[in-house]
Order: sequence, then structure tokens, then C-alpha cells
Amino acid sequence: MDRTQLLIGVAVALFSLGLVGVIVRRNVLVMLMCMELMLNGVNLSLVTFAQQTATTVGAVLVFLVFVVATVEIALAIPIVLLLVRDKRTLDLGAYNELKG
Amino acid sequence: MIEGLLQTADTLLLLLCAVGAVTGAVLMVVLRQPMRVAIALITTMMLLGAIYGLLGVHFIAAFQVLIYVGAVMVFMVYTIMLLEMREATSRRFSKLLIPGVAGLLVLLGAIVASVWRPLPSPVGELGQISYGIAGFSVSFLNDYWLLFELTSVLLVAAVVAALAVIGIGRRASRG
Repeated sequence: MDRTQLLIGVAVALFSLGLVGVIVRRNVLVMLMCMELMLNGVNLSLVTFAQQTATTVGAVLVFLVFVVATVEIALAIPIVLLLVRDKRTLDLGAYNELKG
Repeated sequence: MIEGLLQTADTLLLLLCAVGAVTGAVLMVVLRQPMRVAIALITTMMLLGAIYGLLGVHFIAAFQVLIYVGAVMVFMVYTIMLLEMREATSRRFSKLLIPGVAGLLVLLGAIVASVWRPLPSPVGELGQISYGIAGFSVSFLNDYWLLFELTSVLLVAAVVAALAVIGIGRRASRG
């Protein structure tokens, strides 16, 4: 197992654990943090492949992922605050009228 | 001999950081309180920053610490403190726990099996190839300038959307 395989394995583990967190947890804030974990896994794989191919495109994509993660949190937190003010709970089960 | 020792120490550090990052991720799924989950995520992010540093991309390590830990996670921790709600009365996991964990195992198995096969030979040794902020900036602003501009548009749109969400909240509280 070389370094690339180790790092891609770690990236896959982080992404998968984040995905499982989003699926199995009920707390909205924890789900948001698990989404951030998934983005971190993607970033690690991008950096690893950019290093392997010696190009800057991976770093550019990582920068864009940083921006998307920041925007996601900046929008998600006010929405969560409004929902919590309405329902007084962070449990996802209380927001079932958001099904559409 | 010293170079060999340094190489071994480098690999050992990389391995330790990788194990620590995955442990933090596992703790995030298992721990109950959001603040503990946030601390586990911050630990994972710091260790990922260390991995980027060991790989020689120091500016991404700096971005990782400044943007993710310094901005996003501080915002998240403030929100957790502001809400101050505990999950003790509700269930920790949803009904999808068993399918979720089974899906994780299948996904991990499939991807690790595909990664395990020999990868294309790298241009150079991983961690030896490094490009600084200057090369990144020149490439970003020359070859990927449209993405840079779209990033600005995305940030402005996010500010407007956040203000709209706050406005909706105010109108709801008045009505």
C-alpha cells in the first residue's frame, strides 16, 4: 500500500462516514457537520490526485469547495435557527411538514 | 541515513494523522452531544491540515485551518452555544441506522477494492511535488478566472439569501 492508496482510503472513509452520519443521525446540526466531513473527504482526494498528476487544478477545485462549504453553512445556519425557533427542537422528526 | 530516518518519520506522521482523522470521523457519528461532535470535527480538520502540510501543499493547509476551523466551525460552535439544546430526550439515531451502516460497508468495500488495484504511475513521489501560492494564484487567475468570478457571484448570492432568510424570520415573528 503506497501513500496515494492510503490517502485515497482515508478520503473514502471520511466521505462514507459523513454520508452515514447524514443518514443515521437525527440532530440537524450534527447532519450539517457530517456534510462538512464529506466535503473534507472530497478535498483530501482532490489534493492527493493533484499531487499525483502534479497539476494545480486540484488546488483550484479545493478552493472552490471551501467557498461552497462556507456558503452552505452561511445559508443553513439561519434556516436551522428559524426552524428551531418555530419547533423548539433540533430533532429532524419535528420538521416533517417540510416534505413538500 | 538521516534522510532515511526523516522519510520514515514523515510516513509515520502521515499514518498517525490519517488514523486520527478517521477516528475523529467515527466519533462524530457515535457521540451524542453536538458540541462534542463539533470538537471531533475540528480535530479531524486540524489533522487533515497536518496531512496537507506533510504533502507539501502548505497554502491548502493554511486555508483548511483559517477557513474551515477558523470560520466555519467557529460559526457552528457559536450556533450550538446559542441554541443550547441537548439531544438527551430524543433518540440519537434514525430508523435508517441498520440500512445506513450496511450501505456504508458496501460502499467502503466497493471503493476500497477499486482503489486497491494499481493506480497510474505518479509524475513524481507524493509529497515531493509542491507548488506554492504563487503558482496556484497565477494558474487560478489566468486559466480559471471564470471560476474565480463565479465564486464572487456565489458569495454575493449567499449574502442576499441569508438576508432574505433573516427577513422571513422577522416577518414571521411580527405576524
